[in-house]
Amino acid sequence: MNFEQLLFYLFAAALLGSALMVITLRNPVHAALSLVLTFFSGAALWLLLEAEFLAITLVLVYVGAVMVLFLFVVMMLDINLAQLREGFVKLLPVGVVVALLVIGMMVYVVGPGNFGLEKFAEPVGHSADYSNTKELGRVLYTVYVYPFEIAAVILLVAIIAAISLALRKRPQGKRQDPDLQIAVRKKDRLRIVANNPKGQPGSNAGDKK
Amino acid sequence: MKALGRFFKSLFLLELLQGLRLTGRYLLDRKVTIIYPEEKTPQSPRFRGLHAQRRYPGGEERCIACKLCEAICPAMAITIEAEPRQDGSRRTSRYDIDLSKCIFCGFCEESCPVDAIVETRVFEYFGEKRSDLVKSKKDLLEVGAQHEAQIAADRAQDAPYR
Amino acid sequence: MLDALLTLVIVLLKIVALLVPLMVAVAYLTFAERKIIGYIQGRVGPLHVGPRGWLQPIADAVKLIFKEIIIPAGANRFLFLLAPMLAMGPSIAAWAVMPFGDNLYVTDIDAGLLYVLAVTSLSVYGIIIAGWASNSKYAFLGALRSAAQVVSYEIAMGFALVGVLLAAGSMNLREIVLSQEGSLLHWFWLPLLPLFVVYFIAGLAETNRAPFDLAEGESEIVAGFHVEYSGMSFGVFFLAEYANMILISMLTSLMFLGGWLSPFQGIPLLESLFSWVPGIVWLLLKTSFFLLLFLWIRATFPRYRYDQLMRLGWKILIPITIVWLLVVGAAVVGGLGPWFDGA
Repeated sequence: MNFEQLLFYLFAAALLGSALMVITLRNPVHAALSLVLTFFSGAALWLLLEAEFLAITLVLVYVGAVMVLFLFVVMMLDINLAQLREGFVKLLPVGVVVALLVIGMMVYVVGPGNFGLEKFAEPVGHSADYSNTKELGRVLYTVYVYPFEIAAVILLVAIIAAISLALRKRPQGKRQDPDLQIAVRKKDRLRIVANNPKGQPGSNAGDKK
Repeated sequence: MKALGRFFKSLFLLELLQGLRLTGRYLLDRKVTIIYPEEKTPQSPRFRGLHAQRRYPGGEERCIACKLCEAICPAMAITIEAEPRQDGSRRTSRYDIDLSKCIFCGFCEESCPVDAIVETRVFEYFGEKRSDLVKSKKDLLEVGAQHEAQIAADRAQDAPYR
Repeated sequence: MLDALLTLVIVLLKIVALLVPLMVAVAYLTFAERKIIGYIQGRVGPLHVGPRGWLQPIADAVKLIFKEIIIPAGANRFLFLLAPMLAMGPSIAAWAVMPFGDNLYVTDIDAGLLYVLAVTSLSVYGIIIAGWASNSKYAFLGALRSAAQVVSYEIAMGFALVGVLLAAGSMNLREIVLSQEGSLLHWFWLPLLPLFVVYFIAGLAETNRAPFDLAEGESEIVAGFHVEYSGMSFGVFFLAEYANMILISMLTSLMFLGGWLSPFQGIPLLESLFSWVPGIVWLLLKTSFFLLLFLWIRATFPRYRYDQLMRLGWKILIPITIVWLLVVGAAVVGGLGPWFDGA
């Protein structure tokens, strides 16, 4: 067993272990952190496959942004664990059947029948100056340009839809406008009044009797 | 047009740069810190620090136990008990100042008809227990004896204004 | 087997050679901060420990090491102790790909820029977990503020970096520096000026430094996420924050100010006059300049309000970067000289 294989088994074990922990741990924050570890191990496995762009992007997007927001939400929720556990036994048979179905499907689709070495040539290792990023970019913007652009547009539509669903104007709501607040100058707010006590000439009309 | 000018002003961070220029000037400016134990600020002859009881040059203590200082003290930090001495003169048998109550207003000094209770320039005193900050007559006379030269000089300098 | 061991030893030595100066730099950055902010406020800063105060950071470190680490009764023990390490890990790991000269680096990976972006984005975990595990409302508020802030500013930061790799045509930090070769005007600060400013502002926000220090906000939420930490567990957060500051400053000088390239390149007389100065000196000088800017800004500006912070990130910085990306893309395609006509 060489060093790379050792690394593979190490990260694969970490991946499976932490993935198992995601669904078994009682504390939702711990579960979310286990999911972070899962993504991390996955990224390490991709690195071993010389897919450094995908690996780093996985860390950047899923670990660095998506999971942060996940944690954000999970930490703020007040989750009642007892309620969640209710009906566990009643729903267990259905759950087992669904799980077995999914496993069977995945083995059928991703198994050696479709992705084995007899279907694809064995991947070759590349030299050190081979840039996975450059290749990926080239393929993405030539061969797969339509799917790529369409996916981008769909995501954009989803963003706008989500915002327009969540955004509602509150008629009686009070809100601050930083633009206006910043634009305020001294003369808008401050009026200097000449203070002329003791009724000197030209001070107040009412002083004259 | 005005809005456009404001837009460019904020886009090019002009106001922020102005702020940075101001603090940058202070960065290079002369520093005003007094490096305390080595350097000290000049004190006024009217400085109101630790209290002292004075004696006349002959050695007789000045205080005649009139209790004006006790009466005027706004913090009620002064406690006086008086009784006749063997020679029949009125003297204090007890004169305590609680420095943890004292607000150093100087009223005791002003009210004293014989310049007995004074405030010196000493401000670096301390107590390890709270009770150390209650100064007895003996302590006050000791402070007075120690700083009499300075006290007398300060009174002389301030005399024209009193 | 012996070969592998030798490689391991050499790598370890490299790491030590990187980390020891880094830790010393962090220590003296805290000293510089106290001195410079003191000077700006008309004070003189620490003066009494050692000659002219120069041993102050050592005294601080010794004090922190010997203080007791208090774990609050309601805290989640494991995560409470894990959080400082999670904050420290990324801020050290990012240094692995930093080039200090043409042949002076620990590792030289192809996607260096992406790696740095990914690793620095992890540093928020330390803050979030610290805030949650402390089981304190102030710490939790600080953590939530920090999470939202870092995720928002990462986008502007990422776009600024996209501009850099568009201009350099590479994600390798060493090649990014080398593509700025020529003269002071060839450096990317000029063609990428808006991205340069945006990157530095986003860097301030990413490191939770003033005026974006809402995660700490000592006047409203006491000390934010690290309010419950004491002794060295607090010290580790401190180290991580300052190591991140140095990292951002060095990245800025690598990507926009030509890294280790001499500023006198291309000027006939001065170039030969200063050719004896090793490149790393220039890099360190440029880094120090940005660190000074960090401290100067902290001494000058008040803290942002939360809605202003979000407005600045989403409504100002991101649109500016997107517009300038289009400009840079057009300039690269058009081969605008003197920056983009080489490739």
